[in-house]
Amino acid sequence: MKLELRGITKRFGDFTANDRIDLLVEPGTVHALLGENGAGKSTLMNVLFGLYDADEGEVLLDDSPVVFDGPGDAMAAGIGMVHQHFMLVHPFTVAENVMLGHEDVRGPAKLLDLDAARTKVREISDRFNFNVDPDAVIEDLPVGAQQRVEIIKALSRDASILILDEPTAVLTPQETDELLGIVKDLRDAGTSVVLITHKLREVQAVADTITVIRRGKVVGTAEPTASQEELASLMVGRAVSMRVDKTAAQPGETMLTVEGLTVVDDAEIVQLDGVSFEVKAGEILAIAGVQGNGQTELTEALIGVVAADAGSAILDGDVITGKSIKDVLFSGIGFVPEDRTEDGIVASMTIANNLILDVHDQAPYAKGFALQPKAIADEARKHVEQFDVRATSIEQTAGSLSGGNQQKVVLARELSRPLKLLIASNPTRGLDVGSIEFVHKRIVAERDAGAAVIIVSAELDEVVALADRIAVMYHGRIVGIVPPDTDRDTLGLMMAGAHQEEVA
Amino acid sequence: MTATVADAPAAPAPSAPIPAKRWGASIALGVIALISLVIFGLGTPTGSSTTFVVARNTDFVHLPTYTAPSRLAAIVLSVLALALAGWAAYRANQHRKVGVWLPVVYGMAIMGALLTWAGAGRDATSIQLTGLLTSSLFLAVPLVFGALAGTLCERSGIINIAIEGQLLAGAFLAALVGSMAGNAYVGLIAAPVAGALVGLLLAIFATKYWVNQIVVGVVLNMLVVGLTSFFFSTVMTENGDLNQALGMARLPIPLLSSIPIIGPVLFNQNLLVYILYVVVAAMQIMLFKSRWGLRVRAVGEHPKAADTVGIKVNRTRVRNTVLGGAIAGLGGAFFTVASGLAFGKEMTSGKGYIALAAMILGRWSPRGALAAALLFGFADALRAQLGTIGSPIPSQFLAMFPYIATIFAVAGLVGHARPPASEGIPYKK
Amino acid sequence: MSEQGQSTTEPDAEVAAPQESRSRQVLREIAESSSMVVFMAIVASMIIGGLLIIFADEAVRESAGYFFSRPGDTFSAIGDALGSAYSAMFNGAVLNLQAESFAGMIKPFTQTLTMATPLIFAGLGLGLGFRAGLFNIGAQGQILIGATVGGYIGFAWDLPWGLHLLLAVLGCALGGALWGFIPGVLKAKRGAHEVIVTIMLNYIALYLVAWLLSLEAFQREGSDNPISPIVAETAQYPKILGVQFNLHLGFVLALACAWGVWWLMERSTLGFRLRAVGANPSAARTAGMSIGAATILTMVIAGALAGLAGSAPVLGTQKFLTDAVAGSLGFDAITVALLGRSRPLGIVLAAILFGGLQASGPSLQVNAGLPVDIVVVIQALIVLFIAAPPLVRAIFRLPSPAHEKEVAA
Repeated sequence: MKLELRGITKRFGDFTANDRIDLLVEPGTVHALLGENGAGKSTLMNVLFGLYDADEGEVLLDDSPVVFDGPGDAMAAGIGMVHQHFMLVHPFTVAENVMLGHEDVRGPAKLLDLDAARTKVREISDRFNFNVDPDAVIEDLPVGAQQRVEIIKALSRDASILILDEPTAVLTPQETDELLGIVKDLRDAGTSVVLITHKLREVQAVADTITVIRRGKVVGTAEPTASQEELASLMVGRAVSMRVDKTAAQPGETMLTVEGLTVVDDAEIVQLDGVSFEVKAGEILAIAGVQGNGQTELTEALIGVVAADAGSAILDGDVITGKSIKDVLFSGIGFVPEDRTEDGIVASMTIANNLILDVHDQAPYAKGFALQPKAIADEARKHVEQFDVRATSIEQTAGSLSGGNQQKVVLARELSRPLKLLIASNPTRGLDVGSIEFVHKRIVAERDAGAAVIIVSAELDEVVALADRIAVMYHGRIVGIVPPDTDRDTLGLMMAGAHQEEVA
Repeated sequence: MTATVADAPAAPAPSAPIPAKRWGASIALGVIALISLVIFGLGTPTGSSTTFVVARNTDFVHLPTYTAPSRLAAIVLSVLALALAGWAAYRANQHRKVGVWLPVVYGMAIMGALLTWAGAGRDATSIQLTGLLTSSLFLAVPLVFGALAGTLCERSGIINIAIEGQLLAGAFLAALVGSMAGNAYVGLIAAPVAGALVGLLLAIFATKYWVNQIVVGVVLNMLVVGLTSFFFSTVMTENGDLNQALGMARLPIPLLSSIPIIGPVLFNQNLLVYILYVVVAAMQIMLFKSRWGLRVRAVGEHPKAADTVGIKVNRTRVRNTVLGGAIAGLGGAFFTVASGLAFGKEMTSGKGYIALAAMILGRWSPRGALAAALLFGFADALRAQLGTIGSPIPSQFLAMFPYIATIFAVAGLVGHARPPASEGIPYKK
Repeated sequence: MSEQGQSTTEPDAEVAAPQESRSRQVLREIAESSSMVVFMAIVASMIIGGLLIIFADEAVRESAGYFFSRPGDTFSAIGDALGSAYSAMFNGAVLNLQAESFAGMIKPFTQTLTMATPLIFAGLGLGLGFRAGLFNIGAQGQILIGATVGGYIGFAWDLPWGLHLLLAVLGCALGGALWGFIPGVLKAKRGAHEVIVTIMLNYIALYLVAWLLSLEAFQREGSDNPISPIVAETAQYPKILGVQFNLHLGFVLALACAWGVWWLMERSTLGFRLRAVGANPSAARTAGMSIGAATILTMVIAGALAGLAGSAPVLGTQKFLTDAVAGSLGFDAITVALLGRSRPLGIVLAAILFGGLQASGPSLQVNAGLPVDIVVVIQALIVLFIAAPPLVRAIFRLPSPAHEKEVAA
């Protein structure tokens, strides 16, 4: 079946997630939708699958326009989707999950015909060598097998177009290879596959056609023969030139030493794999990498939000791994979290209160148990002015501020303590140009004041603009640490997993 | 770098609320069984005996009265409990769950030991075994209906704290309509309607207005208490005809009811009890074997997954909550028409909350709810029995038993109670 | 590009957020419901209450039987029923206009304040929990245990004036705090849901007290009933307006506690932490606060306040302990906290409103022949309505505020 999207536009409030996107998927091909996280790929597929209503544009199947009211319609039309977050009911068996919604039943009580479901699962599983037991309970299965169940779910509904949303994000390299093999088999069996991903290697391995999306727009199409460099530069883009005025770093003593830091998540997946590096006082180490390669875990393990399963971090002679978050912060670390609305601010509290979230029980903001409203207000006014927070009053709730101003509040708070180390995770994501410049300036100022700085950013431009050294992460490891004048193609390759030596 | 952090790559995160190895359950069971062994078993003087009256005068077959050596019986029962604790530990070691039967059999064994100990050496009195079991079942009836109602709602993702209110509403309307018609069975038909109305209110507030389901539940309970008490004190008091004590006759099932012990306990009951058997069996099958049940459970566990395969989440939740309310309402008929009593203010006296406890202990399954409710009913009946023979244990402690057991369950100390993953969370697209 | 826009595009943000944050969100919505909605909710509930009164009135029903021949009779019967009900409420809760003396006139209002006293205490405790993101359904048990400990000190110990009352009051707080500590620690350490644990603890408290009252140490001499001796006069709350009024020092203490809770939440470092944890636990944690400690402390303080609510009957009005000493205070207090939007001033006002409704009970019974249960109905309705502002707005066709449109969209 041929699938075509014409001029799809989807807005959330005043944010345009998809901007007049065109896409053509020929029958029996693998079409890769390549782009950074947040580029708008998932939104586009949710529109196609009937989960969101598009504001503009149309969907055509075999050249006739269709309108999906919900996922049920999309499935009936032959579109199957494997969501990034699996839509599997954990306590159910494979067969139950596969049959859910289109069950075979017997008798007036509509009792489930589990045998029919089992047969169906086995049949599909055997056809593509999935090796899935229909009676296994989902929560006991490894992630790779769960994904195959999702594929069976789609195929059992006779999907002729299969959308795979970031299918390898949660897979081990071996599972990834298996999946790519499956995708090829599916294509050979006549199914069209839309593969949403940000991983270049996979695209090159299986795609017949490639469409690259950036900031909600189609920025180009490419043949699978295109080089990784071409794809990487299309994907991360160079449109916005980011320049930060800064002098050469004057690195001092080693401030932070990280050795073999390892984090294993609840699903027993190694998210951070024996990471070691050093940061000196007065330098900015920028951590580059496609999102989800262990950067979040690295910052969270340093702060103590997640416990390190192995390894250590030493700040200026003190071991900080294993300490409470409060002790870590007060040993001289400032932390600008990746998700500021979730971890950075308390939206319903005032700006003044958000500015003292960490130091509310310290002088001069508190005397004994009593908060000192005057000292808090004075300090808040000072910060609001220094950091140019655009607010009508310090008593305004933080939630009512724009993203840029919220970030300035977070930054003002984190920079208010004497810092040995500043860790900032995607500090300018979602900010306007003016705020970005401001945030960058403050970060450089902190470096020049003698703090060590770690910046995590998915934006290559930002990394290059800020860094004194660049560490590139891939699959929970640092694949290399390079100087900031390293050319982008090399960085792009390293972000795709190539080691420093291989690239050079 | 310290060695302790370096060599523990797979150690569970210390912040995790539930430990990876669930030894707590078997340890707690074992400790209690040991205490039972020491106090009830070894604490019973040798040579004393406990008399169990099994048969009743009305039975067709007269069974002899059993007199058991108390010490031996109590020891045997305690050792049985200890063995069950061992089995739980064995399963925990294999990372496998134990069935709901285990805590129930365990509880009965411990209480049996207690009973034997309490009845030891009291020649004047004897333990009325059949009576004990009959009243266990009887007292369990509203708990089973209530727990089934809770199960039905929570399986679809709606927390039903309003079971108490649904029972009370059912009791009220059964009495009112039954009295108006002069027929208890008409009241039995009316009872589910009242419960369903309370369920409908809960469903609307939960799915349309996204009001916190616990708040709605608590307030609905108050509302029903207020309304029924108001009408009781006004309309019903002014017209006594509207609140009569009606009865439902026992309907002994031929042959089955003459089986010793089991017969009179199970098969010489009124219609409501037989309905109970049917509802439990039907719900157990429908919830776990039918298309309807599969969809309901999917909605309660992962509503978005259900939505992506075309199941209407909120519609399912509303229907289940109304149906659950109806079942609890039917259970409410127990208090009035099925017990031969007139309606009284707040006559459900917290049974709805014990039903909630039975639902949790029964792990959100009809079969489990039945087992847990029977255990609680047994505890309640035991309390009455011990009261008549003069109990060495204060009856209040037995009364606390269901609540303590539930706290142990939700704290993960005995077994692990895992509610449907999405309960209490409004579904918004 | 706004942050809101950004976050909605993240597919991750769509996936089921943890239950915790949802219930916190709901609590916040309740806390933010506007005064207009509160007022309209009270009006709507009074109207529905009125309908019930009409329906239950015998004269109305009789005259409705011949409605089509003489409809006037029905309407005048309705007028009589409503008039006598609402005037009885006013006379019973605010001012007794029939009284001959000034003292007699204001007595109903002092009675209202007396009834409001335990509701203020317990409402404060529950409101504190709601703001810290905890659903404490266990005030009932906390009140009971508080009353038991305080009551025991009151009737069993022999101490001088002042000290005795002080210790008895502290005993109440301590008992309640203990009963709040249990669910707090089970939640913090074992992840046990506080709603279930507190419900279960209510009943455990009930049977525990029933058992205690069967012991010689707690039983009144010469009585076989589960009823304690009368609390020594040295441990009773003094009456603050003279002996002809029931209003006692507990009311002043409740107001002081309201101020104290306001100070704690708005002006203290601990309250700052509790608010932050309640509003956004993950940001609070990232800023170095301990969620577990906040949970336990909240439950202990909430329990202590509920325990103090137990002091009102046991040291103030009833002056002895029974297992029914808590009445339905624990559940009434939930409605008080919800209506008062979890804020101390709101809770005091809500407690006085509900205290007034309850105080009007005897007058309703005597003057209008209505059972006090109508009050419970009105109370429940008010809370149901304020919990669903869109419903109230729909009934009265009020405009909805901007933030709600967004939610409803």
